[in-house]
Amino acid sequence: MARIEAEVGKPQGGLMKWIDDRFPFTETMKYHATEYYASKNFNFWYVFGVLAFVVLAIQLITGIFLTMNYKPAAAEAFASVEYIMRDVEWGWLIRYMHSTGASFFFIVVYLHMFRAMLYGSYKKPRELIWIIGMMIFFVLMAEGFAGYLLPWGQMSYWGAQVIISLFGAIPGIGEALVEIIRGDYSISDITLNRFFALHVIVLPLALIGLVFVHIVALHEVGSNNPDGIEIKENKGPDGVPLDGIAFHPYHTSKDLVAIIVFLMIFSAVVFFAPDMGGYFLEHANFEPANLTATPEHIAPVWYFTPFYAILRAVPDKLWGFILFVLAVLLPVFLPWLDRARVKSIRYRGWIYKSALTMFVVTFLSLGWLGTQPAEDIYVLAARIFSVLYFAFFLLMPYYTTIDKTKPVPDRVVYHG
Amino acid sequence: MNEDDVDRIDRNRRHFLTVATAVTGAVGVGFVAVPFLSSLKPSARAQALGAPVEVPIGSMQPGEMVRVLWRGRLVFVLRRSEAMMARLPESLADLRDPNSEVAEQQPDYAANETRSVNPEFLVVEGSCTHLGCAPLEDFEVRPAENWAGGFFCPCHGSKFDLAGRVYKGVPAPTNLRVPPHRFVRDDLILIGQDTGAA
Repeated sequence: MARIEAEVGKPQGGLMKWIDDRFPFTETMKYHATEYYASKNFNFWYVFGVLAFVVLAIQLITGIFLTMNYKPAAAEAFASVEYIMRDVEWGWLIRYMHSTGASFFFIVVYLHMFRAMLYGSYKKPRELIWIIGMMIFFVLMAEGFAGYLLPWGQMSYWGAQVIISLFGAIPGIGEALVEIIRGDYSISDITLNRFFALHVIVLPLALIGLVFVHIVALHEVGSNNPDGIEIKENKGPDGVPLDGIAFHPYHTSKDLVAIIVFLMIFSAVVFFAPDMGGYFLEHANFEPANLTATPEHIAPVWYFTPFYAILRAVPDKLWGFILFVLAVLLPVFLPWLDRARVKSIRYRGWIYKSALTMFVVTFLSLGWLGTQPAEDIYVLAARIFSVLYFAFFLLMPYYTTIDKTKPVPDRVVYHG
Repeated sequence: MNEDDVDRIDRNRRHFLTVATAVTGAVGVGFVAVPFLSSLKPSARAQALGAPVEVPIGSMQPGEMVRVLWRGRLVFVLRRSEAMMARLPESLADLRDPNSEVAEQQPDYAANETRSVNPEFLVVEGSCTHLGCAPLEDFEVRPAENWAGGFFCPCHGSKFDLAGRVYKGVPAPTNLRVPPHRFVRDDLILIGQDTGAA
């Protein structure tokens, strides 16, 4: 039925009709773009989903070109990366776009997740979108981790050593599991080879699949907005939400501005600070892997450091692992931990606003502490912030219940 | 198909066939999974490359340490001086497992006071039992810091004494692992193989 209606008023015949009779092209474009209605009052925070998509495209394209010159073998990997950097025409640009893209992927995704926390985008009916999003985040972490081993530098090797050893903490099966992950008695050529397979085939496929499902789920329930109200509850006589406008061409035009600004910042980093002072590309990784000496100061790349700081704050191997895993998993349960009746921070009380502010400070502090050496004062600070991190999630059912909320309007409002 | 036919569907039989097909399929998937999962284990070549390594120790001075790789893992061979050996029993109370009671961390023949075959030579894997970083040797005694000399892991601050025994209050749960090894001659250690007693 829908397709017949869609064809009313269109000239009959032509290539489009030929395709539409065989594949729901026009229907799909309408459903996902020209007749997908998203709220009119989207703000700055609503550009990061599209930007994550842009970074994914950058990573896929640069990644494909890197595989054409990279050699996933312990004896050749480091030299092949240097070969890309020095001898392949524009190889340095492609590689720096890929390494910078990895960090920007996490910047964009963290901001995208923060947006969901600001406006309650994970709350009913969008729980599944949030869970799929968290799965994307987990795959992204695995992808970043596997990719970091590939240059076979000092930090590649020892960072992988630490993270793989984490699984050895699981009682009973830990040691056997570690051996299966490495495929050897230590991290070796064999490990590098399989991490390459994970990084270029398994995880990107999973990522693309999950992103697809994420968007299908989003377009089923519709996007949230800074007021956290359901725009589908107020529809005009034509069935279009009164507060919604078509994703294309309206939101896409706005997103294009965001993409241009993003690419300006991205290019500035690629050209002027590709290693970002040791945060995007760690200095120790400019030395080939040395199996006999751990770098004096070992830290994962910045996007893992908040969780790494929690791991390090616990003076016990098994509990460190358990709390590390919990810290990564806890946000999955946000839709049920948050008991507030309102979605958006605009209508929440001071308690949630303070808690969220504290959480941002905690997350950034843990991230910084994770890059610092494991010395007394830093470990103590990491312990305090670890407690705050867990408190934010575990006390949420309580403080969101007692928090005083403001009445939510029926229609979206505009600020400034 | 008319309504009488619908009535005559044997639902039990249909349910049985569905379950039987699913179970047979699952068993098949299980069998096919074996070769794929097994391919992830260390290959024959990886096992062969894990052959024992010889370490000549004839020219080592007291207090000297050498690092060798066995199966791609770092192994420390330390020739302890008289003073070092004399300090071993001093801080037993600060150690988590002073008597080497965790059986996996050493062969039986090294489960003794010095965690070694020959008290002079300590052979331990240079892999912190916390998360696998290579500990640094720090043999200088600093009474002010309550440090009797030993190994210090730069990653997460675990500390071990001169027999590779872990101190209390650090993230590493167990003593450094002693690999299987034997003295072929007085001046030659073979790491990765012992007399079979382990």
